[in-house]
Formats: sequence, structure tokens, C-alpha cells
Amino acid sequence: MSDSLQKKIQEICQSSNNDRARMMDIVQSVQKEFGCVSSEAMNLIAKATKSHHVEVESVVSFYSFLSKEQKGKTVIRLCNDTVDRMKGCQEVAKALSSELGVKFGETTSDGKITLEYTPCIGMCDQAPAALINDVVAPNLTAEKVKEIVKNLKKGVDPSKLSLGKGDGNNTDSLIGAAVRNNVLKVGDVIFADNDSGKGLENALALKPEEVIDMIKVAKLRGRGGAGFPTGLKWQFTRSARGEQKFVICNADEGEPGTFKDRVLLTEKFDLLFEGMTIAGYAIGASTGIIYVRGEYAYLLKFLKSKLKERYDQRLLGKNIKGKSGFNFDIRIQMGSGAYICGEESALISSCEGLRGDPKTRPPFPAQRGYLASPTSVNNVETICSVTRILEKGSDWFLSIGSTNSSGTKILSISGYCKRPGVYEYPFGISITDLLNDVGAEDAKAVLVGGPSGQFIGKNEFSRIICYNDLGTGGSIVIFGPKCDLLKAVDEYMEFFVEESCGYCTPCRAGNILLKKKLEEILEGNGESADLDYLQSLGEGIKKTSRCGLGQTSPNPILTTLKNFKPLYEALMKPQEKGMQPTFDIRAALGDAEKAQMRKSVLYKN
Amino acid sequence: MSEKTVIIKIDGIEIKAKAGQTIMQAADEAGVYIPRLCYLKDLTPHGSCRVCTVKVNGRYQTACTEPAVDGMEVENKTQELEGLRRDIIDMLFVEGNHFCMFCEKSGNCDLQAEAYRLGICAPKFPYLFPDRDIDGTHPDIFIDRNRCILCGRCVNASRDVDGKTVFEFVGRGSEKKVAVNADAKLGDTNMALTDKAADVCPVGAIIKKRIGFAIPVGKRTYDQKPIGSEIESKS
Repeated sequence: MSDSLQKKIQEICQSSNNDRARMMDIVQSVQKEFGCVSSEAMNLIAKATKSHHVEVESVVSFYSFLSKEQKGKTVIRLCNDTVDRMKGCQEVAKALSSELGVKFGETTSDGKITLEYTPCIGMCDQAPAALINDVVAPNLTAEKVKEIVKNLKKGVDPSKLSLGKGDGNNTDSLIGAAVRNNVLKVGDVIFADNDSGKGLENALALKPEEVIDMIKVAKLRGRGGAGFPTGLKWQFTRSARGEQKFVICNADEGEPGTFKDRVLLTEKFDLLFEGMTIAGYAIGASTGIIYVRGEYAYLLKFLKSKLKERYDQRLLGKNIKGKSGFNFDIRIQMGSGAYICGEESALISSCEGLRGDPKTRPPFPAQRGYLASPTSVNNVETICSVTRILEKGSDWFLSIGSTNSSGTKILSISGYCKRPGVYEYPFGISITDLLNDVGAEDAKAVLVGGPSGQFIGKNEFSRIICYNDLGTGGSIVIFGPKCDLLKAVDEYMEFFVEESCGYCTPCRAGNILLKKKLEEILEGNGESADLDYLQSLGEGIKKTSRCGLGQTSPNPILTTLKNFKPLYEALMKPQEKGMQPTFDIRAALGDAEKAQMRKSVLYKN
Repeated sequence: MSEKTVIIKIDGIEIKAKAGQTIMQAADEAGVYIPRLCYLKDLTPHGSCRVCTVKVNGRYQTACTEPAVDGMEVENKTQELEGLRRDIIDMLFVEGNHFCMFCEKSGNCDLQAEAYRLGICAPKFPYLFPDRDIDGTHPDIFIDRNRCILCGRCVNASRDVDGKTVFEFVGRGSEKKVAVNADAKLGDTNMALTDKAADVCPVGAIIKKRIGFAIPVGKRTYDQKPIGSEIESKS
């Protein structure tokens, strides 16, 4: 065992107080330092944190950004999401591969650069994009890639690459990213100017129960997709038994096609921190955690500095704003590349330093969440709305939006359209109006809510975005007249197969079976009974899966079967001579014919 | 735990449950069998196989994890649920490599027994032919991951009963597997033949060496009576 490894790992573990619950931070630091978490390192971490080698391995092996095998000092992760493929990521991939002289999944022979694919990194409005270590490289072309690789080979640090110019806070020296915000529609709630600090001030003038009542009266519902009433969740958490309570902000937007939280974290962090503080006051929590997806690591330094500013201004810490006894701290927990961690109980597992397996429910997090304490998990946008409700009042919030869906919804719009970006609409906007705004009047299909949502066709474009009709976490992907919709469906199924945590049978195995059958059909080997097979298998997976991932993963198939069935039917071959279409008689006879040096008498063609 | 009694209905029949019991526990005591694989009495319910999926007031839940609540209406033995269970068991068969007739666990295997009970003769899904490894390094215990159904019984038993954490899951999705607490193999761990974890595997994935055919095929547990019979004989 090398002494330097031992010393460094002890240091890393100590900086997290040798706390096993901070395993994520520890293994992330080790990965960053050594390019892997080796078996030897696992032993050292296990020893320092009083856990077991296999427990460390279980965490490391779960997350895409961590690995037991050595990776290059620089890791290039090209996003191959469906939108990136629409925008030419294959060309970029080819260029990367040939410039580096390695295939995807490999490391250059000098061991310096690793090339990988990664699913959606939250940059669909500036696709194709890649992550170079933590640095975002948007709007890539084959030409740009050549330049980037040339510089990386010369030893240029990824943060010093010239990748273009960002806007807003992306130009801040602590971010310095080429990312653009692309906020193309400013609504009344989130992106409108706000009176910073007023929401918290108003909250602290009320009793905690009154704050919860305000949220209830405003009828705020969760913006993450499930739409659970926020006030009720807070009430459950407040009234649950437990000495310590927690507020967790879910900033793990991983749904392909969504990127609004990226912009909120960049520009509206104050609205978010203030809302979390209000939540802490309302439910009686003294700790808040923001779980930020690993893909947004480029924002970490900036967010930390903004948190520090709030501590300096007594907006965080002890006796906040002079309110005696109200203490609230916020820490940031970085993820490491796992879609499932957007599921609230998996997110809690991850915060606890475990693999991101969803937890058994009941008990729900409001009763027994982070470290077995009552916990309220809320989406970024939800928490930002809270601040505004406390600032401007419940009635104001109720007056925006549609029946039973108060307030605004921020949509991440990408794919086939002239103006991809972030749009904040009052609830009740129709898909037709939305398509006009973004420049996609001739769209063939719209994927509402990302692949876990639904594909809808032209005859449904008059439907509206709200909790009673098209509910969505905010991902809107538009498909043009010429796109191959079923290919996209296949790509999304690949995504779910990759991202299933594997805990339960139907999601782990069922999605693979769905994808295999779909592939057969796409290859022209399908028969009409296969559509019933897809339907019944898909429904079965939804019914029996343990968490939201498996309960929605068959949606790309099921909603296209419902709304675009002719696309499937067009692929069906007429059956010949009572044979199954999957059976290839020529291939079956091939070897025998070769041996006999003559064609079959019965099957000549 | 409170001894308060709650009444739930399973397939229209009222049964009594103690407050705090799960549907599975209440059903077992009342002599109603709900098919299951990952559940084992006295271990923390894992809720991963999903075979015990029932319909509770119209919603799909696993009986092993769902608490019994007064007035609950539970559907168990319906055509729909049995179909879903058959599909899940089918998935487990094609996801691993199971050759019942040659496996030394045959006749004592819960997966095989549930398949027979639910009337599965041949899988309806295509085989996935996974590449899985075996581990024979331990003097007394053999791991064949081709059989593993990821039920988590060994993980829970070793951690919670034996206090050893010999096993834990690694990887995710179809790459998920049971790993051992060592750089490489089971032989390097402190696993003992007397551990609870050596006893709980429902299939032929963790087996004790040298006792495989001590009881001949035909005279084994499920050769005599179908799985679940001992529970049903209580009613």
C-alpha cells in the first residue's frame, strides 16, 4: 500500500469527519484526486469511516461519474441524448473519437484522456454538448472538437479552453462557463423581479403554522412532476415526530430535455435559498440540503460563495434576521450521475452516503426521511415559488394560472424548434400556443414531461399544461415532420434501461424485454401480436414497479402505441408461409447449404 | 407495539390483523397465502421481487411492505394479479440462467416452486443470456450468480442477523449483482457455514458444499406439497 494514497485518503475522510453518511463527498474527492476509487482506496475509506469495503464498492459502482477502474486525468463525456442526436452529436462523436484515437468508453494510450457517452446533461437548448471534467462545452461541432482535443493534448486545463461566451452569471469568475441561460419568456412568479428578502421577512413575522397555511391557500403544488400539494407535505413534516427535521431541495433534474433548474441555480439562487429558509422555519427544520446533480458541478463554487454571503448577512446560521431561536443552515450535496436520484427517496439515500436506491414506502419521507428524520423534499421551482408567495401573498399567486393550477410553470423547450430555451408561462398554456412561441408550428409530435411523460400528436395540441390535463415537470421536446419518432422511443428506452437502479424485477428486467421487442419491430421483424405484447408488458411494468422510474419508463412505448400506432403498423411485415417474421429461413439454412455446396430445394430464394 | 386489532379484507374475506403488521404477516397468520420470493420471515422486508404485489383499495402495493390498515380491501388471488406475478417470475427466469433439472436446489427452490404453483411450464419471454460469475473459493459455501434473483436475503441476513456485512449489492440496472466484502472472493471474507446468510438463499445461488443431493430429488420440500401449503393449512 502506498503511503501517499493512505495519507491522502485519511485526509479526505477526515475533512468529512470520517462520517459514513458523507460517503458521497468522500468518494467524489477520491475519484477527483486519483482518477478512480481503487479497491485499495475502498479498504482505506471503509477503515476510516467504520464501514465495509463492499459498502464503499456498492456506492462507487452505482454512480456513473465514479469508477473502480482508472480513468484519464481528463474525462470527456459527450451527451448523446435524443435532442443532441437531432443536433448532430454523431458527427461530434466521430470527430472526438478520431482525434483522440480511441473509441467511446476508452482511455488514450498515454492514459490522459477518457472518452465516454453520457445521457442528458441539462444542455438541450445548446446541444450538442459535452462535459470535459466539470466544464461544460455547449454547441459543439466537429471543427470545435478538433481544436479542443488539440489543446487538451497540449496539456491545457479544461477550465482554460476557449469554448464560447456565456451570459448572465455564467460570466461570473466563479462559474466562467460558456453556458447561456436562454430565458426567452419571463413570467410573473419566478423570473419577474422580486423584492429580495421580503418573503423571509414576512414569514418570520408569522407563526410557522400560518406560513404553511399561506402555502395551502395559494394551492402551490410540487413542480417536479408528481404535483403533491406543498403545504400539505410541509404540514405532515412539521407534525411528524422527530427531534430533528430536514428540508431538502431536489436540484437533480435528470429528465432528458429539462434544464430549467440549471438556470434557476445560476440566476435565482437567492429566491431558492430564501425559500428553503422559509421552509425550514415553517416545518421546524434547522438544516437544509440542496442536492445538485453531478452534471452541474460547474456551479458549485459559485453557489457556495453565495451561501457564504447569506451567512455573512445573517440570512443563514443562528438567530436569522435577529429572530431568536431560528437557526438554519444549508449545505450542498453533489450527485454523481444517476437519474434515479431525482426520485425523492433515492435522493435521500444518496444524501445519506448510500447507493441511490429508492426506499420502501411507507414510511414516507415526511415521517421518516433523511437519517430517519422527518424530511420535506421539494423541487427547486416549488421552493422559488414559496418565496414569492410569502412576498406577494396567496391571493396574488392564486390569481395567476388556471383552475386548480395556480402560479406559473417553467418549461425547458428543446428539439425541433427555432427558439429553444426556458419559458415561464402561467398554467393553462396550450401546446399550440407554445409551439407558435418557440417557432415549431409544423411539429409532428411533442414529448410532454420528458420520456417519463407522454408523446402527443397534432390532434392533441389544443390540450393545456396544468395539473388537470398535461401535468409535467417541465421538459418539452419537440419532434419535427421528418423525425423518426420510434427511433427516439428506442433511445429513450435505452436511457431507462441504463438508469434503472435494478432494485426491483419489473423495472430491471422488464425494460430490457420491452426494448428488445421494440428493436425486433424496428428491424422489420415484428408481427401484429408484438404490439399487444408491448402493451401488456408495458402496463405490467408500470403496475408492479417499486418507484416512479419503473412506473413511468414504459411511457415512450405506451404513449406512441396510443397516439402514433400507424408508425408501428407500417413496420409490420406480412407473414410468409406461416412462419414467424423473426425467423430467417435463409440464415437458418446457411451453414447446411454451405456444407452441401448447393441451395435448398424447397427454399430457393 | 400496540395489540390493537384491525380488520382487513383479502379477496372479500375478513381477517384480523394486529396493528403494525404488514398485509403479508396478517395474511400468513390467517392462513391466506400470498406468493412471494424475496420476503423471508424475521428479515427486513426488501420489497424487490414484486411477486407479492396485491391491489390495496385499487392501488398496486407489495404485501410484504404495506402495513395493514383498518378497513383495507385487498385483492390477492385474481386473474390480473396472478398474470402479473407470472410475468415477474418469468422475467427472473430469463434474466438469469436457470436449469432446474440439474440444479441441486431443485425441489427446495422457491423460484421453481412459485413457477409451478402459478402454472408456468415454459418462459414466455426471450432468454437474456447474461454473463455471470461463480465463486467457489470458500471451503464450505459456493456462489453461483447465474441463479441469483437479487432478493437481498443474504445481504440483510449477513448485515442484520450475523452482524458481518459479507454481502452487498454493487452496480445498477442489469449490472446489479451481489458482491462480497473483500477485494475479490468469498474465500477472503469471514463468512461461516453457520451464518444465517448461508441459509436464506431462495434459489441455488448461495449453496452449502457437499450436501447437495443428501435428500434425493423427489423427496424434497416442494416435491411433497406446493409452496405456500403450510400457510394455507392453517386456515
